[in-house]
Amino acid sequence: MKAIVTVIGKDEIGILSKVSSACANVHANILEVTQSVLQDVFAMIMLIEIDSSKIMLSEVQKELEKAGNSMGMKVHVMHEDIFNSMHKI
Amino acid sequence: MLETKDILDTINMIDNENLDVRTITMGISLLDCIDDNIDKACDKIYDKICRYGQDLVKTGEDISNEYGIPIINKRIAVTPIGMIAAPCQSKRVVKFAYALDRAAETLGINFIGGYSALVHKGFSAGDYALIESIPEALASTERVCSSVNIGSTKAGINMDAVKKMGYAVKKSAELTADKDCIGAAKLVVFCNAPEDNPFMAGAFHGVGEADCVINVGVSGPGVVRAVLAKEGKGKDISQIAEMIKKTAFKITRMGQLVAQEASKRLCVPFGIVDLSLAPTPAVGDSVAHILEAMGLEVCGCHGTTAALALLNDAVKKGGVMASSHVGGLSGAFIPVTEDAGMIAAARSGALDITKLEAMTAVCSVGLDMIVVPGDTSAEVISAIIADEAAIGMVNSKTTAVRLIPAIGKKAGEELNFGGLLGMGPVMPLRAGSPAEFVNRGGRIPAPLQSLKN
Repeated sequence: MKAIVTVIGKDEIGILSKVSSACANVHANILEVTQSVLQDVFAMIMLIEIDSSKIMLSEVQKELEKAGNSMGMKVHVMHEDIFNSMHKI
Repeated sequence: MLETKDILDTINMIDNENLDVRTITMGISLLDCIDDNIDKACDKIYDKICRYGQDLVKTGEDISNEYGIPIINKRIAVTPIGMIAAPCQSKRVVKFAYALDRAAETLGINFIGGYSALVHKGFSAGDYALIESIPEALASTERVCSSVNIGSTKAGINMDAVKKMGYAVKKSAELTADKDCIGAAKLVVFCNAPEDNPFMAGAFHGVGEADCVINVGVSGPGVVRAVLAKEGKGKDISQIAEMIKKTAFKITRMGQLVAQEASKRLCVPFGIVDLSLAPTPAVGDSVAHILEAMGLEVCGCHGTTAALALLNDAVKKGGVMASSHVGGLSGAFIPVTEDAGMIAAARSGALDITKLEAMTAVCSVGLDMIVVPGDTSAEVISAIIADEAAIGMVNSKTTAVRLIPAIGKKAGEELNFGGLLGMGPVMPLRAGSPAEFVNRGGRIPAPLQSLKN
């Protein structure tokens, strides 16, 4: 399954590195990354692929949120379908 | 990949604007539990509900975690108990309420609907006893909700039932006077009741429904208000309606996704999505605040009915394309005690019962969660029910009455139910007695609108 990860907060060094190593810890493959910095606010969106036979989405959520919290960033990990259904016809 | 703006929009809706799926409601038919021995019938009911509903709460929580969408309530609606009670000679119909309450407790759900009777044209065998037992059932159980349909566009209004329901509402409040009269908050009197409504307290599982279905009620007044507040400045009404439609579409798509997923995981057919804007007392989750964001100084001032009509219609138009099956009540709810903006408007006196009655002609339901003085007579409550049912009957829409007589309290004082049921001031009613009119009994004939064949 695919999930969307959003990371929002104050820009600082090493955000991408920390979040991507957290992804590696839970065997999540990063498919796409976009990021922007607007007036010091950092927003990164990642599309990741999780092998749901090996790891539950809730564990991925926990790991990435922990990584985000350690930097004071807000991290959400949500199933891709929710965005597809709300924003695509 | 998806647009960054769309993704951040969704996250913002959930985090800051109270977007949620209000309820996943499993409808369960109890027709195969009928038995002339009431205890046997109750056992069958308990077993069937527990068997069908055993995974409901867990499945709801799993979906909520995986998709990141809060799903607030997991509930059950059953066949109107009036029908199941028909062959039981026992006067203790209230035993059915105990069985429902026990099943709800076992499953860990907060409300179970269906302690109901459909008497829009007349009473059948179990209906009379059921209506008589409603106050006791609501006072002695925690989770059971009751509703009675006393009129329809096709059948007219059963004034004998209207009279009985005035007493039932009053008695329900009296028996729970020590708990802020909460009994009456779990009792809805309908005209044109929908058979697939997932929202409490009026949910029941209609006789035309499958053995078991999943219905989902979406919500999201906060999201609509936020869009109007952010982008609505200087826009004309056509543009406002477009904005509401687009937002309702997104909200409903989310509801549809949850409904399909729940249906798949529980192996139960998907029934409908109810496209309702259901407010909560939380700040930023108010239908009244949407109306105020359209440009009204306070909900209840002149212009409120027009603004509500626009909102109700735009929600349906936006939502209907987003879901394969739309049903239930679908529209904007206006429960006074459950809506922070309505509570404030009622406290300040800007919103009164007559304005609310006018608003019910264009909203999705009716006079909902309104606290009235404790000394209001049963006849006056019956007359309010009749007025409201007449609006529903003539306009071919659902209307409902959920009044809470605040026993021992007068206009200006308040009741506080806590949780989603909220709080509200006692609203004064109009003077003059309708007793002679109400006590006549009989039936208001169906209007010409019913003759469509």
